[in-house]
Amino acid sequence: MKRALIWLPLLLFLAFFGLFASGLLKPDNRIIASRLVGQPLPAFSLPAAASDRPALASAQFATGKPRLLNIFASWCIPCAAEAPQLMALKQAGVEIDAIAIRDARPDVDRFLARYGNPYTRIGLDARSAVQMALGSSGVPETFVIDGKGKIVHQHVGDIREDDVAGILKILRDAR
Amino acid sequence: MIAEAGLAALWLAAALALLQLALAWFGLVGGKDDLLSAMRPVAVAQGMLTAAAFLLLITLFVQSDMSVALVATNSHSMKPWLYKVAGTWGNHEGSMLLWVTVMGVAGAAVALFERALRRDTHMATLGAQAAISLGFYAFLLFASNPFARLDPAPPDGQGLNPLLQDPGLAFHPPTLYIGYVGLSVAFSFAVGALLTRRVDAAFAKAMRPWVLAAWIMLTLGITAGSYWAYYELGWGGWWFWDPVENASLMPWLAATALLHSATVLATRDALRAWTIMLAVVAFSMSMVGTFLVRSGILTSVHAFAVDPQRGTFILGLLALYIGGALALFGFRIGTVREGAQFELVSRETMLVVNNLLLTVILGLVLIGTLYPLMTEAFGHKVSVGPPYFDRIVGPITLVLVIAMAGGPLTRWRKDRAKAVGGRMLIPAIILLAAAIAVSALAWGRIGVLPFLGLIIAAAVAVGSVAPLWKRNLRRTPLFTWGMVIAHLGCAVSLAGMASDSAFTVEKLVAAKPGETISTAGWTLRFDRIVPVAGDNWTALQGDMTVWRGNGAPIAIHPQSRFFTNPPTTTTEAALLTRWNGQLYVVLGQEAERGRWQLRIWWKPFVTLIWLGGIMIALGGALALLGRERRGWMMKIRKRSALA
Repeated sequence: MKRALIWLPLLLFLAFFGLFASGLLKPDNRIIASRLVGQPLPAFSLPAAASDRPALASAQFATGKPRLLNIFASWCIPCAAEAPQLMALKQAGVEIDAIAIRDARPDVDRFLARYGNPYTRIGLDARSAVQMALGSSGVPETFVIDGKGKIVHQHVGDIREDDVAGILKILRDAR
Repeated sequence: MIAEAGLAALWLAAALALLQLALAWFGLVGGKDDLLSAMRPVAVAQGMLTAAAFLLLITLFVQSDMSVALVATNSHSMKPWLYKVAGTWGNHEGSMLLWVTVMGVAGAAVALFERALRRDTHMATLGAQAAISLGFYAFLLFASNPFARLDPAPPDGQGLNPLLQDPGLAFHPPTLYIGYVGLSVAFSFAVGALLTRRVDAAFAKAMRPWVLAAWIMLTLGITAGSYWAYYELGWGGWWFWDPVENASLMPWLAATALLHSATVLATRDALRAWTIMLAVVAFSMSMVGTFLVRSGILTSVHAFAVDPQRGTFILGLLALYIGGALALFGFRIGTVREGAQFELVSRETMLVVNNLLLTVILGLVLIGTLYPLMTEAFGHKVSVGPPYFDRIVGPITLVLVIAMAGGPLTRWRKDRAKAVGGRMLIPAIILLAAAIAVSALAWGRIGVLPFLGLIIAAAVAVGSVAPLWKRNLRRTPLFTWGMVIAHLGCAVSLAGMASDSAFTVEKLVAAKPGETISTAGWTLRFDRIVPVAGDNWTALQGDMTVWRGNGAPIAIHPQSRFFTNPPTTTTEAALLTRWNGQLYVVLGQEAERGRWQLRIWWKPFVTLIWLGGIMIALGGALALLGRERRGWMMKIRKRSALA
């Protein structure tokens, strides 16, 4: 009994070591594999969220060209942080639509005036209903939608500078 | 030139560590104790070289030498002077250099000042310290070179994370590191004692001041870090159970247990294996903490630039040192004679209870910290937050604090349960009185844990001072004073925590300039918003006037700061400290129609949390001073007796 106790600390440490090693070896997954990946967009039709951009409906996505669907809100700080990356994507020729969550039109206008407007269409999701249907749990999140209106990728959290190249690649592959 | 000199100093120090290890090896294998005198200057030179490398890195930061990659990525020429210096350790490479510097200097101190230890154990200890240092030199030189150059040099740097641009950063990490890494000395002592099979009271007496010194710094570092998070993050909380905070708490818990078990070993020659185990565990926790923070396997607000390759390297070091020490423990501890026995009712038993409770808390914090990792291994993504820790750790801590008050009231070796009960009578009466008082004051308004916290704090405060009862205070030894003050500090800190969670009043408003807000007896007038500019930031500042009751008005100025390099916003809370609490005001975002979000907290007696922390460290310092002074006195007496 006593002899076993002596080796217990080493055994415990080895268990932790195994845990650490497995944690290290696993690839970093900031990208959560969504259950909706591979599924068509849920059907929705939202009113316009900004005064100078049209409204957004799911039917508008099957255009033959892949595009981004950005979930954002004017009250969300990381959304302001990812604005430059969205502008960069827009400049690279990507079409971006957006859904503003629990927002008000004057606030969205002010946000876009301040941080830039990379969006083609912006829908207002005042009660987060579409956000829920999309399986999105927070803002910002960005979906890559292929030309047939299917979700191919979900990016959780703000798009950082080093994410831009990856998203461009997914868009290219989505054709 | 300076960068190259720093790098050269590091390589030289690493070579000296290798030499130190080789000397220890030959000395131990060949049974040549006199090699110790050769090891001393080597260890001292090694410590001086690491310190020189560290000073050179500070020089590079102060000069804003942007040709050094580390300076360019973490500093900016516009930064105030103090933050250029502090920026040295506000990043991965610089803080690892601080780590090896503490390790080298601690090793030098052990070589210079340790006289009580047997020569062979001393040699083995210095050899172990050199062996650990070598691994971290390798990590620094091969995977995290702080002196790497950039070619071409950028015109200016990228700046330091603005959250870190605070006087707190100048003070908190070095203190924490001295404690955190200073525990490596205890680890080396344990390895040295295992190698030479000398685990006895004399060994514990020699080790105790080193543990105590590291523990004092660790206590101060954690206290300072907690206060810094409290006023800089602007969330009004003082502990977030973040992995990094836990990484500093776990070595502290182990070191606290070690201090007490070392006292049992030094005084009564009992708990031999257990003390060795704790000495190994304490520094192992420091290393595990470093691994968790820097490998990126856990997400933390304190994340350093994360690099899995570095994680693999540190994991290798963990396997080598922790695995090695625990294997050595397994092979050798069986040959260590069993220590003295003791009765069930005795101070030894109380200290064993204290040790077990501290170990249980340590285990629970470790499991809580690693829980996301464990569940992920089984395919779920879960995170445990403050609710887990508060609910699990809180109650055990309360039991621990009660045991802490009971320990000093129990005699060594053997005591009568009845007598102990008698000594606990007054604290028990205080407990009841406090329970009645708090119930009358706030029944139904506060939770169970804060309630228990408050009444236990009151009883334990009295119990902590009880060992001074009927003693001649002028002849009471300094280390007894130290113990009393440290234990009292725990009660004070507990009272602060309980009061904060029981009585804090929070108010969140969207206010227009000109409006007046009242909360918790305070009145706040929001006068205006003005832009202000600092060295490397601009801010929107809320000019406000507050007064309590009919008291005099006081101007406060919370800010929302925008830093340009790198672009970040921070909140600078306005804090108003009164004897019975703190008013904490945060200026938030601009809301619609010219309104601003204001967060106002009145936190009764919250400052006791950190006051208690300082008292705990002060108690440790008094104990250290008392023990050392007794040593000097005895030496002087011996000398005069010989003369």
